[in-house]
Amino acid sequence: MKPVPLAYSARNLWTRKLTTALTAGGMALVVFVFAAVLMLEAGLRQALVATGQYDNVVVTRRAAGNEVQSGIERSQAAIIESQPEIAIGAGGVREVSKEAVVLIAQPKHGTGVPTNITVRGVGAQGLALRPQVRVVSGRMFRPGSTDVTVGRSIAERFDGVGLGARLRFGGREWTVVGVFDAGGSGFDSEIWGDGEQMMQSFRRQAFSSVIARLVDPAQFERLKARLEADPRMAVDVKRERVFYEEQSEMLANFIRILGLTLSVIFSIGAMIGAMITMYAAVANRTGEIGALRALGFRRGSILASFLAEALALAVLGWVAGLGLASLMQLVHISTMNWQSFSELAFAFALTPGIVAQSFAFAVTMGLAGGVLPAVRAARLKIVDALRAA
Amino acid sequence: MNSLKLILRNALRHKLRTGLTVVGLIVAVLAFGLLQTVVDAWYAGANSAAPNRLVTRNAISLVFPMPLHYREKIRAVTGVRGVAAFNWFGGYYQDPKNFFAQFAVDPVPFLAMYPEYHVAEDELRAFLRDRKGAIIGRKLADRYGFKIGDTIPLQGTIYPGVWTFTVRAIYYGADAKTDDSQMLFHWEYLNETMKQRVARRGDQVGVFMVQIDDPQRSAEVGQAIDALFRNSLAETLTETEKAFQLGFVAMTEAIVVAIRIVSFVVIFVILAVMANTMAMTARERMPEYATLKALGFGPGYVARLVFGESLAIALGGAGLGVALTFPVADWFGAELGQFFPVFEVSAGTVALQIACALGVGVVAALLPGRNAARVRIVEGLRAIG
Amino acid sequence: MTPRDDGGAAASGVIPAQAGIQQPLISLRGVSKSYRRGGQIVPVLNGITLDIQRGDFLGLMGPSGSGKSTLLNLIAGIDKPDAGEIFVDGVDITRLGESELADWRAGSVGFVFQFYNLMPVLTAFENVELPLVLTSLSRRERRGHAEAALGLVGLADRMEHYPSELSGGQQQRVAIARAVVTDPKLIVADEPTGDLDRHSAEEVLTLLDRLNVELGKTILMVTHDRRAADRAHAIMYLDKGELSSAGDIHERSVREARL
Repeated sequence: MKPVPLAYSARNLWTRKLTTALTAGGMALVVFVFAAVLMLEAGLRQALVATGQYDNVVVTRRAAGNEVQSGIERSQAAIIESQPEIAIGAGGVREVSKEAVVLIAQPKHGTGVPTNITVRGVGAQGLALRPQVRVVSGRMFRPGSTDVTVGRSIAERFDGVGLGARLRFGGREWTVVGVFDAGGSGFDSEIWGDGEQMMQSFRRQAFSSVIARLVDPAQFERLKARLEADPRMAVDVKRERVFYEEQSEMLANFIRILGLTLSVIFSIGAMIGAMITMYAAVANRTGEIGALRALGFRRGSILASFLAEALALAVLGWVAGLGLASLMQLVHISTMNWQSFSELAFAFALTPGIVAQSFAFAVTMGLAGGVLPAVRAARLKIVDALRAA
Repeated sequence: MNSLKLILRNALRHKLRTGLTVVGLIVAVLAFGLLQTVVDAWYAGANSAAPNRLVTRNAISLVFPMPLHYREKIRAVTGVRGVAAFNWFGGYYQDPKNFFAQFAVDPVPFLAMYPEYHVAEDELRAFLRDRKGAIIGRKLADRYGFKIGDTIPLQGTIYPGVWTFTVRAIYYGADAKTDDSQMLFHWEYLNETMKQRVARRGDQVGVFMVQIDDPQRSAEVGQAIDALFRNSLAETLTETEKAFQLGFVAMTEAIVVAIRIVSFVVIFVILAVMANTMAMTARERMPEYATLKALGFGPGYVARLVFGESLAIALGGAGLGVALTFPVADWFGAELGQFFPVFEVSAGTVALQIACALGVGVVAALLPGRNAARVRIVEGLRAIG
Repeated sequence: MTPRDDGGAAASGVIPAQAGIQQPLISLRGVSKSYRRGGQIVPVLNGITLDIQRGDFLGLMGPSGSGKSTLLNLIAGIDKPDAGEIFVDGVDITRLGESELADWRAGSVGFVFQFYNLMPVLTAFENVELPLVLTSLSRRERRGHAEAALGLVGLADRMEHYPSELSGGQQQRVAIARAVVTDPKLIVADEPTGDLDRHSAEEVLTLLDRLNVELGKTILMVTHDRRAADRAHAIMYLDKGELSSAGDIHERSVREARL
């Protein structure tokens, strides 16, 4: 079955520029929303998953939703520290960080709205356990002091946290001595200091969490089984990556569900636009369709030709929409993570998967909008079509 | 034959095209209305705040508690009528997905300052007598089928362990704005139990709800309260209930802004569709507009025909879209009841829907209307469209 | 070509070649067609029987609504009769399925319409090349045939122009080039001069004449233009669903004049 030359479809789109632009434009907007939502979710996951090392584990109190709500007594922390699966580093020191995590409120840059920030008091090995963290200005806090170092996102987005600034919490003043970069992970939105100092000023007897590196990541299940069954404590043991993934779950799910629902609803509007355009195209070119059929082109070729035109509109829309969406990579979002109650900054991330998914979405819109008019074109009787010309 | 009849007949000439455009409008108006309602729901807490209630919390962060003895000191401040301890419990029922708001409160002062929570007299008395009793909202009772006398076991997260309560009363919100999917129980019970389980966590209050005599003096009273605790281990920050609720919204501001923006994107999508429809229609009708002008009708008349048709379609779609918004919002509110306890379509939203539809109708007709008004009779008659 | 009275349909759908006798190119046997118009069934053609010889140039005239376009459409294979057979070059096209008919048309029939029916978005060259796309010729071969056809109608220098850039007469000549580019046996023309001024009509008719005389194309032309009909070599009249030849009409009108 010989197809109608593609030039016929393409030039028809070019001839009716306004209609082509409006129809493809509507689809472009929908593709933009679809891609942007997926990019937001991907960016969120990237920020949080990048936060975890595969060979680290996080121990929190059982059923605590996050570190802030969790408490691990000193005695329990000592037991965790002594487990055989935990790596021993240079100088025979256990690669464990007992951490105290609290929230403070600081005004956001620009709006001045007080927003919760995570403050993490880390143990001596805290930095070693997070190799992705590097100091970019000033220096890291000194253990045993009231120094703190702030994450890059915090330094950019908040007032009163610059080098030399003093923060007041836990009945003491803490001095900002540096800024660190944590590779776009969740730690970029935190302020770090010495764990023991924090415990003292807040008069706490319990840490929030215990982070540890495993000798061998494969031994995770064994460690988990033993600690979770230990009657002296009620804890959850998770791989660090999984822990942070779960931290994003509520927000990620919300973004995804709301965003995809919206995209589907919007796509109905765009499909209707495509349908109107293609029905008009068929109506205006009824005479041509009759002539093509008289010349010997089959119904199937007519169908394919009009479907191709609808698809071309969709692809145009996809290119424009994805192009716009990829510009969003320049935008950074900062919001409160619902699970940890604190500030989280992340970006829109464009992945090859999203490129493919948005293409499939656009093509589906084009096909769905174009199929009925194309069928109408194919079903025309030759004599009727010629008469209507 | 008046122009309105002409307009309507014209709109119905191309039933498929007009029908599709109207469907597109319905979808867009509906989506827009839902999104605006979602944004409104976000602010529900702030909208239900009363001007005579203040919230006192730890100045550093909501997550840090205050000592119990603050309660009497606050009570003694001039202008304060009542103080209730208020702790967010944060547990879940059976499955972590089943969460709803649970608050440990001093029931008498709390209910006094929340008159919009209506509780039957006898049920209230039964609740006050039972220290493990609970008052649950009507929506919550409906959702899980709780009845008076049922026991609700909650898995604690902030306060570990399993906690069992008995439903003694069901409260009704005074109006649609009030959240009636909450659960209230005795603060004393929480405190006693915590003192037994983890002693150092006893006598810790999350937030104090403060009822004042004169809303005009809320700033003064708030400052007076905070002055009491300056330079202590737990400094306080007292603000109006509205400011407190808005503080939560502000934290997720980025998402709210994004949703607002996206709701207007859908309007632009339908604008493109509508503009396309009107452009095609007007182009095909050029011979008719030329004929009318030849007959003596002025360019203004022809332009009015175009605008009239566009507006007729836009309003038709808007009307149906608005009508559909209410039942769909009801369904939405039922499904997402956990996230949005209050989900009401406001009059402002409806007005905005109609305004947007009218705007779309006008903008879509601008170019075609101008072309129709300007068409030269001879050219227009010759064109075959 | 003469209208015949006998039915004599061949059962197999193919008329066997008879030695020594020239087979008509087109043979209709008892062809009838009616349309449904608003609930009523309107008969248009009534048991038409007709032979058209190879190389004929036949004009078909009649009052409007007499079914002349219908007859043309049936012979050209773009419509099917309710009854009867139509043999073209020995093949009963009423028995062909829709796809087979499409293929048959592509190789056997050339169309010329009153309103040209060119694709406005394709150049003159591309329009003429269009029927060749349905063949298995290579791109270079297609180009050769299309250019030759355009040369034949005298528009080789206007190949790259779009229909909107050509006059009515020129567009019709492009349509004629399109009609002959696959070297079909039969050319059907429905009111080919209906939309043209006298000069252009003259050009088009001369062209059709040349195609018939020089290239031996069989041409069936529906027209209500007396001048166009005069260029045909013979004229048939269709009235109330029945055919009659020029001679019969002349007799009838003389009879009526005498009454």
